[in-house]
Amino acid sequence: MSSQTPIAEGSDWTFEALEAFEREIGRIAADKYRLDTYTNQIEIISAEQMMDAYSSVGMPVGYHHWSFGKQFLSTEQRYRKGHIGLAYELVINSDPCIAYLMEENSLTLQALVIAHACYGHNSFFKGNYLFREWTDASAIVNYVLFARDYISECEERHGVDAVESLLDSCHALMSLGVDRFRRPRPVSPEEERKRQKDREDYLQQQVNDLWRTVPKKKHEPEEKWPRFPAEPQENLLYFIEKNAPLLEPWEREIVRIVRKIAVYYYPQRQTKVMNEGWATFWHYTLMNDLYDEGLIGEGNILEFLQSHTNVIHQPDYDSPYFSGINPYTLGFAMFTDIRRICENPTEEDRRFSPEIAGSDWLDTVHHAMANYKDESFILQHLSPKVIRDLKLFSIVDDDSDSAIRVTAIHDDDGYRRVREELADQHNISKQEPDIQVWEVSLRGDRSIRLRHKQRDRIPLDEDDAKEVMKHVHRLWQFDVHLESVRDEKVHRVFHCNDDKVWIDSGESSNPAKPS
Amino acid sequence: MALLIIDRRQQGKQKSAVNRQRFLKRFRKHIKEAVSDAVSKRSITDMERGEEISIPKKDISEPIFHQGKGGKQRRVLPGNKEFIRGDRIDRPSGGGGGAGGKASSQGEGMDEFVFELNQQEFLDFMFEDLELPNLVRKQLKDSDSYKLVKGGYLREGIPARLNVLQSLRGAKARRIALSGAIRREIKALEKSLEEIGNDEESEERRDITVKLDRARRRLNQIPFLDDFDLRYNHMIQQPTPTTSAVMFCLMDVSGSMTQDIKDLAKRFFVLLHLFLKRHYEKTEVVFIRHHTKADEVDEEEFFYSRETGGTVVSTALDLMQRIVRERYPSDSWNIYAAQASDGENWADDSPKCRDLLVKSLLPLVQYFAYVEISSGRDQELWQTYSEIPTDFPDRFAMRKVSEPADIFPVFRDLFERRSS
Repeated sequence: MSSQTPIAEGSDWTFEALEAFEREIGRIAADKYRLDTYTNQIEIISAEQMMDAYSSVGMPVGYHHWSFGKQFLSTEQRYRKGHIGLAYELVINSDPCIAYLMEENSLTLQALVIAHACYGHNSFFKGNYLFREWTDASAIVNYVLFARDYISECEERHGVDAVESLLDSCHALMSLGVDRFRRPRPVSPEEERKRQKDREDYLQQQVNDLWRTVPKKKHEPEEKWPRFPAEPQENLLYFIEKNAPLLEPWEREIVRIVRKIAVYYYPQRQTKVMNEGWATFWHYTLMNDLYDEGLIGEGNILEFLQSHTNVIHQPDYDSPYFSGINPYTLGFAMFTDIRRICENPTEEDRRFSPEIAGSDWLDTVHHAMANYKDESFILQHLSPKVIRDLKLFSIVDDDSDSAIRVTAIHDDDGYRRVREELADQHNISKQEPDIQVWEVSLRGDRSIRLRHKQRDRIPLDEDDAKEVMKHVHRLWQFDVHLESVRDEKVHRVFHCNDDKVWIDSGESSNPAKPS
Repeated sequence: MALLIIDRRQQGKQKSAVNRQRFLKRFRKHIKEAVSDAVSKRSITDMERGEEISIPKKDISEPIFHQGKGGKQRRVLPGNKEFIRGDRIDRPSGGGGGAGGKASSQGEGMDEFVFELNQQEFLDFMFEDLELPNLVRKQLKDSDSYKLVKGGYLREGIPARLNVLQSLRGAKARRIALSGAIRREIKALEKSLEEIGNDEESEERRDITVKLDRARRRLNQIPFLDDFDLRYNHMIQQPTPTTSAVMFCLMDVSGSMTQDIKDLAKRFFVLLHLFLKRHYEKTEVVFIRHHTKADEVDEEEFFYSRETGGTVVSTALDLMQRIVRERYPSDSWNIYAAQASDGENWADDSPKCRDLLVKSLLPLVQYFAYVEISSGRDQELWQTYSEIPTDFPDRFAMRKVSEPADIFPVFRDLFERRSS
């Protein structure tokens, strides 16, 4: 232990102490661990402001919508009643990287949070391939600002209610607003503004072409009409923005805004375990380094350890507090174990992870952070030791079986299976229903036909699906059909027309084959 | 790397205020019902408080496509204690099964969305769309309310009211005006300098150069902004017309009124009082209670003191008439009255009440509301009053109340905003 004096002691923080902590942590992070970050912007906020930040889903500004009010009221209520504590911090993937720190945090917590958010999350945002490809950190804040202004302008021109119900519909389809297999261009607000008008005109013209009713000169037989869309489309919002027959240009622009914001969040949804694990791993490592250098006192490091332990607590599956696998726990355990495998590999590690056993640990964790998402990260790096420590086991609940079956536990036979299934469990495209635009009746009744492919015979939740059908109809404005396909056969068909929604069992109708 | 630490705590925390309002607006029907329920359940002294509102979760859900129950669901769970591969576990009873649990986003079996309506919002909902009917502006009373309105610009004022635009505009005009002659001169001199050409040391040239220098110096001496340019916003106090109104609260406290009935009557007046206090700040309220004789009392006594006796309703009307004559001449006051009684009256007194109302009081008042608190058949006063409404359809209203839950609806009904 060095003879340095601690930066500060006790539980009250000061601005000088925050600056000193940021400086020292930044020094260690950059010099010793090569963490590459955006410039930090730390904002101190009160509990109430934290609730505000929660309800605008972590954005410094957001457009107005009742659902954010609902979010706020619910957070406020639960916080007041003591059901939940508020997060110590909230960090935004932007450049500079904005981190909100709560004023209630003690000195120790502020140091923890600076290490966690300003160096952990920040370096993840800057380094991970999904964030690099899908988001533009320097533009997001401006884009959201543009979105808010545009939407309030629409509210003035077209009425709050019209905009609100449009946003309701868009939000309902938000998770179907990304191209899972294609990388989008990052959003840029300047361009948006500049091109928006052109786009409006151009879009409308394209739509008009698509729906042109004047017959073509050459008389063609009905069957020759090309199928539209030629390939099934997975990005429903994009499809609606470009092709919905009756939307006004401003409505298309709002669909686009919601879609762009969905894209911004898409990487976050796919990297919860990694992102939190990475940040937790680094706050743990950095705080210990501060302690080793004597920059944090005994009392504060003990407080830190207690908070850290709370953060990575994983209740068992049968505990009343169980609510799924804690991404902090899993991610932290995995990064810690990668380091262990690199530094002190066992025989088992050499068998399971030959490519990293004994390699340079810092290179390895950096490589993992940069090149994986939750699903692939788990598939590649979940080690038998972590499975044993967490006592993971996998089950199958098959409705054609009378009981739930345990398919694998933490033993030699089970490691690979647990690993694969945990990876699947973190794969968004396997956890969310696979719904695509199947066909639009161009020359007929203009109806749109969607198709849901059931995975493992898992159906859609019918009550909610019926509600969402109404939202699709609100946007498409002609009949909407949704076929839910099980084992290549249509299992259920949802219909929505101007005044009602109903469900057919699939037997009567033939599965529509692509012609 | 330049670190930026910003202290945001001083800045507004009401970022979500708009979203909150949007939420309240969207679910106003639910909230209004809850408010109305709350009002009838609360004790008299406890009207001005926020309220916990709950709305069925399904009414405010934001549905998305998600996987339902059934099929073959796989899951990895932590904390295995006794299972080995191939074990079979009975499905937990009570629906659901372990799998498919991702469906509900936040709810843990709670069917209600609960949130706190604050006092302000509660009262807003409580008195929404209510008003004193037939309110007219009778006289610009010795007005004590003012509002500040813009009244042009001043040359003197406090810095906070400096009008930058006007000041700079004035400064620019002054600069143009003052510099015009000089600029012309400079231009002329420059031109003649050009005409002379590059004749090195001619007398004329030196002369012009000197003149040019002097002119330019003079131009530079014109100040960019002068004290003289400054303009300040002028704010004028404008008296705002206040509509003078008075509300008479007439309550029967006779022996026939049981404690329950009095409680109902008081509830009614509490609502009325609260409503007036909130929406008609300047309204005066006169409290009259009566048994065989009527007294004007203060608020405290009206709501809290106990006194009983026989019943002669006309005494209260009499007293009201006298007070109106003495203190609230009807040509300069909007006069309102609300009367609550169990409807029992001294044998011959009811016709007298009716006559008093029809002949003397109703012509004077904007609105007279009678609330009868009885559960049984129509009481005397009700029967007698029943003949009045036809004569004064929009000035007289009567309603019956039999239990606490009726009070709020009746109150709303009596003071509902009428579109005419």
